[in-house]
Amino acid sequence: MTDILHIALEVDGAGQHPAAHLLAPHTTPATPPGRPGVTPDAHRVRTVTAAAENAGVTFVTFDDSLTPAPGRAAHRIDAVTRAAFVAPLTSRLGLVPLVHPAVTEPFHVASQLAALDHASRGRAGWLVGTGPVPGARRALDRPVADGEDLVAETVDVVTVVRDLWDSWDDDATIRDTATGRYIDRERLHYVDFASGGDGPFASPALRSAPDGARAPFTVKGPLIVPRGPQGQAVVVGRVGTVPGALLDVALVPDLADVDAARGDGVARVLVDLTVTLDAAGTPGTARRDQLDALVPGTTTGLAYTGDAAGLVALLLDLRGVVDGVRILPSVLDDDLPVLVRDVLPALRVARAVPVPRPGATLRDTLGLPRPASRFAATA
Amino acid sequence: MTDRFPHAHVHLGVFFQGVNHSTIWSDPASGSQLDFETFRQVVQTAERGLFDAFFLGEGLRLREQNGLLHDLDVVGRPDAITQLAALAAVTTHIGLAATQNVTYNDPADLARRLASLHALSGGRAAWNIVTTDNAWTGENFRRGGWLHHSQRYERAAEFVQAAQAIWDGFGSTVRYAASTVELEVQPTVELADHPVLFQAGDSPDGRDFAARHAEVIFSAHGTDFDDALGFADDIRARLRAAGRPEDDIKVLPSTQFILAATDEEAREKARWVKEQQVTPATALSLLGQVWGEDLSSYDPDGPLPAHDPAITQVSETRGSPRPGADPRAVARAWRERAEAEHLTIRQLVLAQDRQRGFVGSVESVADELVRWVRSGATDGFNITPWLVPTGLDDVVDLLVPALQERGAYRTEYTSTSLRDHLGLRAPVPHRAVLVGA
Repeated sequence: MTDILHIALEVDGAGQHPAAHLLAPHTTPATPPGRPGVTPDAHRVRTVTAAAENAGVTFVTFDDSLTPAPGRAAHRIDAVTRAAFVAPLTSRLGLVPLVHPAVTEPFHVASQLAALDHASRGRAGWLVGTGPVPGARRALDRPVADGEDLVAETVDVVTVVRDLWDSWDDDATIRDTATGRYIDRERLHYVDFASGGDGPFASPALRSAPDGARAPFTVKGPLIVPRGPQGQAVVVGRVGTVPGALLDVALVPDLADVDAARGDGVARVLVDLTVTLDAAGTPGTARRDQLDALVPGTTTGLAYTGDAAGLVALLLDLRGVVDGVRILPSVLDDDLPVLVRDVLPALRVARAVPVPRPGATLRDTLGLPRPASRFAATA
Repeated sequence: MTDRFPHAHVHLGVFFQGVNHSTIWSDPASGSQLDFETFRQVVQTAERGLFDAFFLGEGLRLREQNGLLHDLDVVGRPDAITQLAALAAVTTHIGLAATQNVTYNDPADLARRLASLHALSGGRAAWNIVTTDNAWTGENFRRGGWLHHSQRYERAAEFVQAAQAIWDGFGSTVRYAASTVELEVQPTVELADHPVLFQAGDSPDGRDFAARHAEVIFSAHGTDFDDALGFADDIRARLRAAGRPEDDIKVLPSTQFILAATDEEAREKARWVKEQQVTPATALSLLGQVWGEDLSSYDPDGPLPAHDPAITQVSETRGSPRPGADPRAVARAWRERAEAEHLTIRQLVLAQDRQRGFVGSVESVADELVRWVRSGATDGFNITPWLVPTGLDDVVDLLVPALQERGAYRTEYTSTSLRDHLGLRAPVPHRAVLVGA
């Protein structure tokens, strides 16, 4: 634990409040003038992440769902694709898309995030999706684990993804002209992973399996993507849904949960904080009331409503209590400008936040070591 | 001879393959096969050259030979859609094509990822549809080797139809039910049109599949003119039979260009390139495929094995598509040739390795490419550079201007979508006249 406070930011869609997506975008032009081919989707993700990077945010998360989620716009681009798109447009910002372990094939999860780590030069993370995904079973035509099974499934998927990230030693590519060998095959490893669960593999034969059932799986390896700059992308997840031993960063909903996460052995603990700031001449309380009148927002978890100075004071008080705060803006177009203009600078002045250097990996910025490959270590 | 298509233009794409011995990694100018900068440089060079598309391959298991990871060629490449999404941010016009497997992807998931790339790139996405039935690749996936060989194209067709329904179905619940695909999903990406569909299968089933669904064929017929024309005519006939206009598919064969100041210099360069591609170790590896055994201890500068192959079918490098042949007949022919011409193992393999693509001066290659497209043998070419990231430089700096001088190449992009670059019609399902095609 240090007195440095990492600020993370959720940048999905219009914002955290379930009414946010009903408001028209109001601070970002739909498309920049004179830039044909730049779509509103592209413009949105690049301007929001540029603002976050310029403000000194440690990482952004990209929430996601295979199927439409309540309280979110129906149109939503795949999170890994969004993160990859901004990878070459940013240089210091961690990029942490949500991928659900029961939805996306484990081998694809590992390949996509390894590719993101390469494209971002070591700034990739994985926000491990949790909870049931309504409609996933019928969308995917295979059993999708739920409940206790989903926790077990998540453990298996995170484990095999980490195995696959280690399936190439860092020095596996040798390009040895003397022998004509591009790789040293001894430095690549079959992971031979077998999940828990009983019964046959997923297939059309399991169409009658009930919702939430779990089909076992195996993964041979090695990964098709060589080991990334970070060795392993930063794994971010909610305590209680992923064992702490499998996480690099734990997200907790409230300060009461911090000790449990630390007891679980997680290196960095960030608390989620929903913010509704005084913005554009409207007090945060009034903004929240207006939003709640459209769609009632949730009242669980840590939340702050008020002016920027109050948020700065709250964040400074959290130094030493948590390693960071993931800010969930109620409405990005209203709250992000205030965060960028009035909150992050005050934290920099107070030397409360790290200054990510260009070229630093997300692990570097978070002060996390670069893990040795589990296979290389035992070789 | 009068040109069949006197106004045809050459369309160019670049295939960044990341496998096969045609990519030379041993040259001092050969860059990283993995660093993002390499990909950025290739795609931006192609865009400077007004190419239609940048194209990534994908194989879902690393190749093996005789049960061991194949270690002589480039190994390891990024996930295609993820990489193309990153490249979309540093380009503005060029199409971005991802090879994606229909057996080991879920249609709802893959359709959404392709739609995401299409939406973020402003209509520049393409999907190269590949089929796989082998359980060996399936060992990396939840379903394992679940699909029977005979159902490959059935699965592909159903997968494509389901994906198209998802691309069209924003705001509704899409239901699709067939033999190998059954799904119900509310799409989350709103699209105005579809990613362009590429396909490369060469078997009769593959060609029929293309004639029904594909918009671009990434063919293997990019070296011999008569062979290319025969293929293109066959595709045109299949298109007519499928109820589509015969120009509804653009044929862009895989090829390589070896350019120099004169034809003679280019031939000399081609010999050098092939020697770099077929290293001594690669020569022994290719020989070992015919004999079905590990011959890596043989002297590449010595004679061929005196014994006959013990196997009855050529063992392919697992994960690479090579046609089978009778190994004893191949071995006999190879030995006879080596004896008659006094060739060592490596010399023989080099001599057997057919010269791929176009070799010549810029002027003569440009003339040849124009002849190909105006005769209807192809619509253009997918170039596999033998060197990255600089392998496209002479194509863009020298060949493209020569094609422009001949009035056979665009002088600027006149559109921002891949569909428009290629001059393609609306997606097939959007055309009411093609009921049941």
